[in-house]
Amino acid sequence: MNTSHNRTGRSWVFGNDVNTDVLAPGAYMKSPLAEMASHCLETLESEFARKVQPGDFVVGGTNFGMGSSREQAAQVLKHLGVKAVLAQSFGGIFYRNCLNLGLLALVCADTAEITDGDELEVDPRAGVVINRTSPQRLACEPIPEHLLEMITDGGLVPHLEKRLKGERQPTCGGSPP
Amino acid sequence: MPQTLAEKIIAQACGRASVTPGEIVTCRVDLAMIHDSGGPRRVKPILERLGVGVWDAERVVVISDHFAPGFDPESVAILQLTREWVAEQGIPHFYDLQGICHVVLPERGHLKPGRFVVGGDSHSPTGGAFGCFMFGVGATEMAGVLATGEIWLKVPQTIQIELEGTLAVGCCAKDIMLALCKRLGMGGGQYQVIEYTGAVHHLPMAERMTLCNMAAELGGQTGLVAPDEVTAEFVRNAGGGEIEIAAWQGDADAKVLETHTLDLNELVPQVALPHSPANAERVSEVEPTSLHQAYLGACTGAKLEDLQMAAKVLRGRTVAPSTRLFVAPASTRITASAAADGTLKTLTEAGAILLPSGCGACAGYGGGGLLTEGEVCIASTARNFKGRMGANSSEVYLASPYTVAASAITGRITDPRPFLEGAA
Repeated sequence: MNTSHNRTGRSWVFGNDVNTDVLAPGAYMKSPLAEMASHCLETLESEFARKVQPGDFVVGGTNFGMGSSREQAAQVLKHLGVKAVLAQSFGGIFYRNCLNLGLLALVCADTAEITDGDELEVDPRAGVVINRTSPQRLACEPIPEHLLEMITDGGLVPHLEKRLKGERQPTCGGSPP
Repeated sequence: MPQTLAEKIIAQACGRASVTPGEIVTCRVDLAMIHDSGGPRRVKPILERLGVGVWDAERVVVISDHFAPGFDPESVAILQLTREWVAEQGIPHFYDLQGICHVVLPERGHLKPGRFVVGGDSHSPTGGAFGCFMFGVGATEMAGVLATGEIWLKVPQTIQIELEGTLAVGCCAKDIMLALCKRLGMGGGQYQVIEYTGAVHHLPMAERMTLCNMAAELGGQTGLVAPDEVTAEFVRNAGGGEIEIAAWQGDADAKVLETHTLDLNELVPQVALPHSPANAERVSEVEPTSLHQAYLGACTGAKLEDLQMAAKVLRGRTVAPSTRLFVAPASTRITASAAADGTLKTLTEAGAILLPSGCGACAGYGGGGLLTEGEVCIASTARNFKGRMGANSSEVYLASPYTVAASAITGRITDPRPFLEGAA
């Protein structure tokens, strides 16, 4: 996974409570990922899947990704090349799914400051979102090191591969019984 | 240190005397539940890539419900892949087309107080009704659980919902949850534990399951009810043996984030307008919108008690000609019980159309009950997101089985209470 964060991307701004069913509609759950991705967010923005570019950012308000546990909701965004999802808060399962699939999900209290189409870049380690258009620096919650390591590895599966080979320690602190 | 019930279960699962909200711990999983959609078809390639099988076949339960009963070549293939993988892994607990996972799991005695359970579905909080800490994860995370038997979590705070009083005629757990969704919002839970206390102990297990199930709609990580004699009886009858009650109670002086009180005496039937469960209103104050479809189904709204509620309203009455009423009992055992006690007779004589036990219509997966452009449906399900049950322009109202049944009779959104006057 490309972990350099010095490239800007366009923001696609959505509102509060963007749910998993509009990210990955149930009707396409048995379809190949590419087809499912082509319907991502079409209920809210019919042109999104066609126009989004690799390196772009999806920006939401509160409770982004609420609803189902279907990780395709995060997977389609990654498939479309979305670099990170920025929101004031996330649905708990979706948040974990993003990180597990190697997609950055950043909690940013000030996403209301971002306008659709703004050029953004992020530094998840420092917890900074830079808006090149406004221009403005916004704080986001930094991603803890052990999770950044998993995201850098490309997600939980490549991370577990390394762990099984002894190249990585267990995902986080607190040893199992 | 005083502990909440959730903290006690998590502490046991991570091998500690106590845990504190906010700390990250790695827990040993007592049981992992997966279904046909997020299960084998997704975890098999990951486990193969890792070169491992499931960590403990006895601790894995597989339930095929999302693509039940198989309605096109793709869904049939997914169901078959599920069967083959279960056999390959030697998993003894497999329920193929027997009903919806959240209902089948406790029905077959797999849930007991104090267990730390991970489910591959967002309505996994349902298991909290049995005093388990049970939460939902995505398929990749589940593959990690199946490979290692472990999962990390940040110890959540507990939000207490104290129920007071008694439910009025025509009201049930679904009305409680819709009212709470309106009051707290869908993000109100912030991935915390929603623990129900007080008068919840006067409610049957099916109703407690609805409360915990829809903790998901409050944004909670899970829902929870401390076990009592009602829990013990259910688990015993399900073949789960005896349970420990005293060991799995939160300490009275444990710290909770906040407590909300809901007076059940004041509650009236609710209906959530499209496209969010938080859009709840009193049914008596909602426009009598015309309905193309009424749906009694899903993990939230088609347990035996739910079907009995609908039957009370529908007894001796018929569904409006302009409306179709679909009923998908939540499990095959529930279908059998509903056949034995006359509930199915009442529903079908009223004109209900039976669908297989499964998730199809609620989640828009297919297999019957989908909505076409511009159609309006009232459903006893948990979610009414835009387009969830079919076409993007369709609309879904959420309500209790009583209200769904009353609305099916009139063909428009209707308060069930007049239909229950004098009913036993």
